[in-house]
Amino acid sequence: MMRLANIYRLGVKELWSLWRDPFMLVLITWTFTFMIYIVGSAMPEALLKVPISIADEDDSPLSTRIVSAFYPPQFMAPVPVRLSEIDAGLDSGNYTFSLDIPPYFQRDVLAGRSPSIQLNVDATRMSQAFTGAGYVQQIVLDEVNSFVQRYRTNTVLPVDLEIRARFNPNLTHAWFGAVMELMNMVIMLSVVLAGAALIREREHGTIEHLLAMPVTPGEIMLGKIWSMGLVVLVASTLSLQFIVKGALGVPIEGSVLLFMLLTALLLFSTTSMGIFMATIVRSMPQFGLLMMLVVMPMLMLSGGVTPRESMPALARNFMEIAPSSHFVAAAQAILYRGAGFAVVWPQILALVIIGVVFFWASLAYFRKSISQMV
Amino acid sequence: MTFVNRGDAPVARMRNVSLCYGKTVALEEISLSVPAGCMVGLIGPDGVGKSSLLAILSGARVIQEGQVEVLGGDMRQTRHRNQVCPAISYMPQGLGKNLYPSLSVEDNLQFFASLFGHKATERRRRIDELTQATGLYAFLDRSAGKLSGGMKQKLGLCCALIHDPDLLILDEPTTGVDPLSRYQFWELIAAIRQQHPGMSVLVATAYMEEAERFDWLVAMDAGRILATGTPRELHESTEQTTLEAAFVALLPEEKKRGHKAVVVPPFVDGKDFALEARDLSMRFGDFTAVNRVNFCIRRGEIFGFLGANGCGKTTTMKMLTGLLSPSEGEALLFGHKINAKDIVTRQRVGYMSQSFSLYSELTVEQNLVLHARLFNVPEADISARVAELLVQFGLENVPAVLPNSLSLGIRQRLSLAVAMVHAPEMLILDEPTSGVDPVARDNFWQLLIELSRRDYVTIFISTHFMNEAERCDRISLMNAGQVLVSDTPAVIVNKRGMKNLEEAFIAYLRDISPADTEVLSEEPELVADPNEPRAEVPAVHRHRRIFSFSRTFSYSRREALELLHDPVRLTMALVGSVLLMLIMGYGITLDIDNLSFAVLDRDQTVFSQNYTLNLSGSRYFIEHAPITDYADLDLRMRSGELSLAIEIPPDFSRNIQRDMPVKIGAWIDGAMPQRAETVKGYVQGIHREWLINIAKTHYGKNLALGAATIETRYRYNPDVKSLPAMVPATIPMLLLMIPAILTALSVVREKELGSIINLYVTPITRTEFMVGKQLPYLVLAMLNFLLMSFFAVTLFNVPVKGSFLTLTLASLCFVIFSTAFGLLASIFTRSQVAAIFFAAMGSILPAVRFSGMIDPVSSLEGVGRVIGEINPTTYYISICRGVFNKALGLADLQSSFIPILLGGVVMMGLSIALLKKQEK
Repeated sequence: MMRLANIYRLGVKELWSLWRDPFMLVLITWTFTFMIYIVGSAMPEALLKVPISIADEDDSPLSTRIVSAFYPPQFMAPVPVRLSEIDAGLDSGNYTFSLDIPPYFQRDVLAGRSPSIQLNVDATRMSQAFTGAGYVQQIVLDEVNSFVQRYRTNTVLPVDLEIRARFNPNLTHAWFGAVMELMNMVIMLSVVLAGAALIREREHGTIEHLLAMPVTPGEIMLGKIWSMGLVVLVASTLSLQFIVKGALGVPIEGSVLLFMLLTALLLFSTTSMGIFMATIVRSMPQFGLLMMLVVMPMLMLSGGVTPRESMPALARNFMEIAPSSHFVAAAQAILYRGAGFAVVWPQILALVIIGVVFFWASLAYFRKSISQMV
Repeated sequence: MTFVNRGDAPVARMRNVSLCYGKTVALEEISLSVPAGCMVGLIGPDGVGKSSLLAILSGARVIQEGQVEVLGGDMRQTRHRNQVCPAISYMPQGLGKNLYPSLSVEDNLQFFASLFGHKATERRRRIDELTQATGLYAFLDRSAGKLSGGMKQKLGLCCALIHDPDLLILDEPTTGVDPLSRYQFWELIAAIRQQHPGMSVLVATAYMEEAERFDWLVAMDAGRILATGTPRELHESTEQTTLEAAFVALLPEEKKRGHKAVVVPPFVDGKDFALEARDLSMRFGDFTAVNRVNFCIRRGEIFGFLGANGCGKTTTMKMLTGLLSPSEGEALLFGHKINAKDIVTRQRVGYMSQSFSLYSELTVEQNLVLHARLFNVPEADISARVAELLVQFGLENVPAVLPNSLSLGIRQRLSLAVAMVHAPEMLILDEPTSGVDPVARDNFWQLLIELSRRDYVTIFISTHFMNEAERCDRISLMNAGQVLVSDTPAVIVNKRGMKNLEEAFIAYLRDISPADTEVLSEEPELVADPNEPRAEVPAVHRHRRIFSFSRTFSYSRREALELLHDPVRLTMALVGSVLLMLIMGYGITLDIDNLSFAVLDRDQTVFSQNYTLNLSGSRYFIEHAPITDYADLDLRMRSGELSLAIEIPPDFSRNIQRDMPVKIGAWIDGAMPQRAETVKGYVQGIHREWLINIAKTHYGKNLALGAATIETRYRYNPDVKSLPAMVPATIPMLLLMIPAILTALSVVREKELGSIINLYVTPITRTEFMVGKQLPYLVLAMLNFLLMSFFAVTLFNVPVKGSFLTLTLASLCFVIFSTAFGLLASIFTRSQVAAIFFAAMGSILPAVRFSGMIDPVSSLEGVGRVIGEINPTTYYISICRGVFNKALGLADLQSSFIPILLGGVVMMGLSIALLKKQEK
């Protein structure tokens, strides 16, 4: 028999315990304010101050024009190099791109011989290599085309591709980074807080006290779940309002209430996970190490860092059972794309099912191992 | 020069020594001369400053104020401390506090012996001699954590004696040890003193009975010395027959106020049984903790339960409270069988566990109210009940105080008040008075007697103190899970014909463990000839080398053994890095494919379908069902189903043929900017190709030949695949994070467990300690590096193109840096949790964001740029990519080695500089 009154009182006790634990309070404040702000504001745009070098063997008006087309903030001012220096510059990682404009380039262009410029890309710099190469090509060709415009007419078909990015027209990276960091913190802290709440009881010997009282393991566990869940829910909502929307100026499209519902559902499963992990381990340090092994994959593979559809099938399918994947998918839909309940109900259903399964599994294990805890 | 004191010079002298912990005064203006060559006892309850005083004398703790001379020199001077340190031996408080529980008896002894610079053969001889004398010889292979309390203390003593000290300092060596082991321990000390008449022994103890036998005593209370002298002198000056009474008499007046001798009114036989145990047994695996225990307790009786730590007392009590279900047998509470699931019987029992275990984050009153509520005391009665308890237990002045700022005696009263909050009929108290001073203990007993005799509360209590046992109506003696005897104290003493309860118990214990006593009865020959080994020891004493490899390796060996015995840390170290490498290799993929797109085709001609086919034919895109209208487009983009939506306008085909300008619309989901950028690139490329193709097939124009062409060469990674670029970068990240976190635990663990004391009181230097700690983690990290390189090549198919030797060398330099960083984190912090947090935060963020792993350092701005420039990880990543992807060797990369090496040196230097050789 579970009694709501006991669940309520045990939860209030958890809140008091947390309130008087300065380490945890600092951790919560730090992660939900500074961490999110730092990550959100430090996230560079895909192309920002890209280092480029140019070997200009032509030294003509056209080549000068090309060199001067690269300027900050997207590119750093191009560094003039000799042809022989290109390899060393790329090897040492000084430049991501190196352009080689061959001799007599302008003459050949005007003669219609379609000469070729060599673009060397350091393809180990994944974040800049692909997108950047496209940009560099575009810039060079634009310069060449507008240079020859004066001499020849355009022969390109009049079919234009008009590309518009929805939900984030300028593709500002900070929008993505800040919200994703918030979600990561929600996942991480809920596991930490719930787990720490149980381990703290065990290290202080108070769990023994609780169990000698007329309360059931289910009540103890639910008391921790609701209180720690509430803390994370409140902290994340405040952070969304004041840090993400306020300090970082990220526009939030969808309903914050729906996002809170979604977070609450996620917290149900993640706090259960935290308690499960705290039941397995013997001490706080072990919990810390185990958390790294469990939470890191959840953060990396849930679609909050890179798109899930591009991951190997094994990782993609396995992560279906992680509540975080559904949370991240639905949260992105709500916060960026302004999706409503009609759009995200499949994820919400998945979260409910996963939450119930996780909760019962944790409770069963908690009940079973509780006698070994004292 | 030896430090043996001949003549009457005191072995230690203190003048006006004071010590504070924050606001708490531990020692106040202590002046004391400790006579040499005898057995000196420090008596007084816990927390009066005994341990602090001993720590100062041993050199483990920094002297804040006053003068301290030990073995004829000033302990403030590092030189003197270093010189006398091998002549002093210190055994801290707590069972096996300075031992390493996961190491075997042999390994523990080897560790201590090699710290003092003994050669291998000499070590063997000493270890064999000492363990034979103490009866530990048969258990050399057993891990220290699995020894009984008495054996742990004997091992501690062996470790303390391994280097023949002149001054032996023992801090409460017999607390929590059964009477027989206690007796044997003192016999052992006596035997050792016979062999070394010059050795001074300084012992702190809370057992007054033991102190009666010492040569000279120092009675302490509240950081001050109450009296000094031989036991006889103390008896005479206070006119008391027992030392305990003498001690109480010595206490200042305000402490004694309200104290009166405890008188137990006779027990009037109750009618019924409150508690019955029938063949109660508890097994954990092979280990039988409690074996067929039987007893009956009458209502209103005070029943005492005695026995050593780990003899099964606590387990029995847990079965009686329903915390544990017995493996066999049953327990009846007021005639009902106790069932772990039965919540109703819990209402009738109050339980107080060993040590203080209430919520230290809740105030006194909050604790009482919470427990009252959880025990279903009606809400209306709670405030009255709490107020009543506050008065009854003398807590009325402190309702809003947090328990940690109260003294131990008051906290114990609070625990009892909490156990009584629901007015139970039965109280189960597990060692409620350990560590409490005699006056507070007597006050506590007054409360118990009142509860028993006035309210007929049945009390089941376990204790170490014999005078408390004598106050019980009946007692049981327990050993190794079995009850040896159960009767009234007087009957037990008479049965054995002994003078007192303690001797009677020793007699009972001797009956069941003759083997143990035999060892002692053979007059142990501790050191064959006292002159012979001493002759060679001073050589070690005097010449303390600046850096000793043997001391360093003894720490490394110990650290490595500990690591091998800890499955969680070892798993983390080996499996953790490979697992995380797999996850990151796949997780931080910047390859973008399997993109979903759909078309809103409002032209529906061969031409427009050709455009769609062109997209769906690409390996990057997967076509979904066509879009019907704008509402459909909106919904499907919002749900995240489509990353790209293409809108082909009506009259698309006709306008193209007429050479009229047309516009195709492409909507990209911008929620993930990185993905959106890539999609944009793909679409533009495919669009251009289509144009060229159409121009050629339909108009015969060759558009491919523009004004100029660009030949793009993707160097080092021609397929522009994420894996070859990311895998070499995950190795540095993991080689930073995991060794740092593991090493961060190493020092702070010793701080938490107490074995850091060995750094303070043995001849090891700070550099040796640090390097010794670091070595095993270096080996482990290099193993990790090889493992990760192996997986990079085999599993991820990322070949090593350059010089692997260069990479290995760079990795070695880098892990020196990362382990040194971990050590630094470990020295800063006080708890293991804080250390993990500090090391993780300090390594992950700079490694992921500010080291060129994803974005090159040159593209960073502000603080991130500065961190990136000075971060050795940046340079290690460029070496990794250089070797893995760019086929470079040592000659090309040597400039990157310098910052890595520099980082390691700076971190190590800082760690050594910040490490304290004495406790503050």
